[in-house]
Amino acid sequence: MSIIEFRQTSKHFGPLKVLDHVDLSIDEGQVVVLIGPSGSGKSTLLRCINGLETITGGDLIVDGLSVTGGKKQLREIRREAGMVFQQFNLFPQLTALENVAFGPRKVRKLSKEQAEEVAIDLLDKVGLAEKAGHYPAELSGGQQQRVAIARALAVKPKVMLFDEPTSALDPELKQEVLNVMRQLATEGMTMVVVTHEMSFAKQVGTRLIFMEHGKIAVDGHPREVIDTPPNDRMKDFLQHVE
Amino acid sequence: METDWSVIFDYLPALLAGAKTTVYITILGLVGGMVLGTLAGLMRAYGGWLLNAIAFVYIEAIRGTPIVVQVMFLYFALPVLADIRIDPMSAAILAIVVNAGAYIAEIVRGAFLSISKGLTEAGLAIGLPHWKVLLYIVGPLAFRRLIPPLGNQFIVSLKDTSLFIVIGVGELTRTGQEIMASNFRAVEIWTAVAIIYLIMTGTLTLILRVTEKRMRIL
Ligand SMILES: Nc1ncnc2c1ncn2[C@@H]1O[C@H](COP(=O)(O)OP(=O)(O)OP(=O)(O)O)[C@@H](O)[C@H]1O
Ligand SMILES: [Mg+2]
Repeated sequence: MSIIEFRQTSKHFGPLKVLDHVDLSIDEGQVVVLIGPSGSGKSTLLRCINGLETITGGDLIVDGLSVTGGKKQLREIRREAGMVFQQFNLFPQLTALENVAFGPRKVRKLSKEQAEEVAIDLLDKVGLAEKAGHYPAELSGGQQQRVAIARALAVKPKVMLFDEPTSALDPELKQEVLNVMRQLATEGMTMVVVTHEMSFAKQVGTRLIFMEHGKIAVDGHPREVIDTPPNDRMKDFLQHVE
Repeated sequence: METDWSVIFDYLPALLAGAKTTVYITILGLVGGMVLGTLAGLMRAYGGWLLNAIAFVYIEAIRGTPIVVQVMFLYFALPVLADIRIDPMSAAILAIVVNAGAYIAEIVRGAFLSISKGLTEAGLAIGLPHWKVLLYIVGPLAFRRLIPPLGNQFIVSLKDTSLFIVIGVGELTRTGQEIMASNFRAVEIWTAVAIIYLIMTGTLTLILRVTEKRMRIL
């Protein structure tokens, strides 16, 4: 069953057309890896799903709700679609535990005790239970990103959106974040991931999309389309990424 | 006339009463100025075009005119224009509210907008309404950045109360001048007045330093 459905979705920034009549249907449990040149609209596509960008044409349905259905509906969509950012964006005045407990408390309206219980479980899951009392500034980039993943999961989303989650990390820290993502995928989480990590795409992805000028240029099985790119521009792109 | 510091003690009760009035005007004025300034600052930062325009006009009108003119307007022009009688004390307090409010609005706007947009997006992305993101996340962070410039404005406003001499409010400077007019002890009295101002601004600075220290600036 499809949980995200782009229907002739367009997005303009003024005169600039960033998404051009995109049709895309993502099923529950899929791990979709999005790649493409800089400026091709990957982040925009992701950010339209949880309404951080407003679509300017067509429709976009997330878990049965249209992103154009008003503020309240948009908040419901955001509770179903967690997001992880390139720059982590942890709340600096809160500890790791408080960051993760924040969503359950303020969004899911759990008591402080219940929210902290949820948070501790999730910190444990991303391997950071012993860092619960640390502030973001006291954590490495990789640790911050794992807390950010826990924070997004704490709201109990059905889909997770990742926008270049490892691009701001040193190579030796990337792996710990990718491992957490891999584990999530094994548990059946629906994921849409913008990344340049081609080995992750091949091992974890169930679907690969290559974007170009706001359109989906290639849509296929990761291993197949990476090993034998169906068009020259994708072949060029992959050579640059390697 | 020889300098005789002991005269200060004769007039100290009067000077302290003046200082009390100064503190009174400053505190009430700044409390009001904080409310007005926060409102106007948030209107500038997050309001639609209309709220934004209203706040903009207010801020620019105040920042572009001297506070003496503002208090004269409140005290002398407003009664004529709108038939509102206002006593000197109220005019003085209102002048600080309106004047400090405009500067505080700019401080508030700057502090809120200096908080990374990514944090707002992170808050929105977990499904919070925008006002809650401002209340729980951006607000507390902005508040920490607010303290140093706010402290400056508090000190400026405290000293600005001396200008209300023009409408005859019995604050510290006015009291000093009245005593002067009766005994011509310029050196002693103005030294005493200056020192009392220094004690007041010094205390304010100290309070702000301690608050700043106790809060981790992020
Ligand atoms: N808020 C905005 N206002 C105007 N233009 C924007 C805005 N956000 C993105 N764009 C433009 O939209 C286009 C697509 O941007 P987007 O961030 O989606 O690309 P991307 O594929 O994620 O690129 P990258 O790999 O560099 O992250 C770019 O040309 C960008 O400059
Ligand atoms: Mg991007």
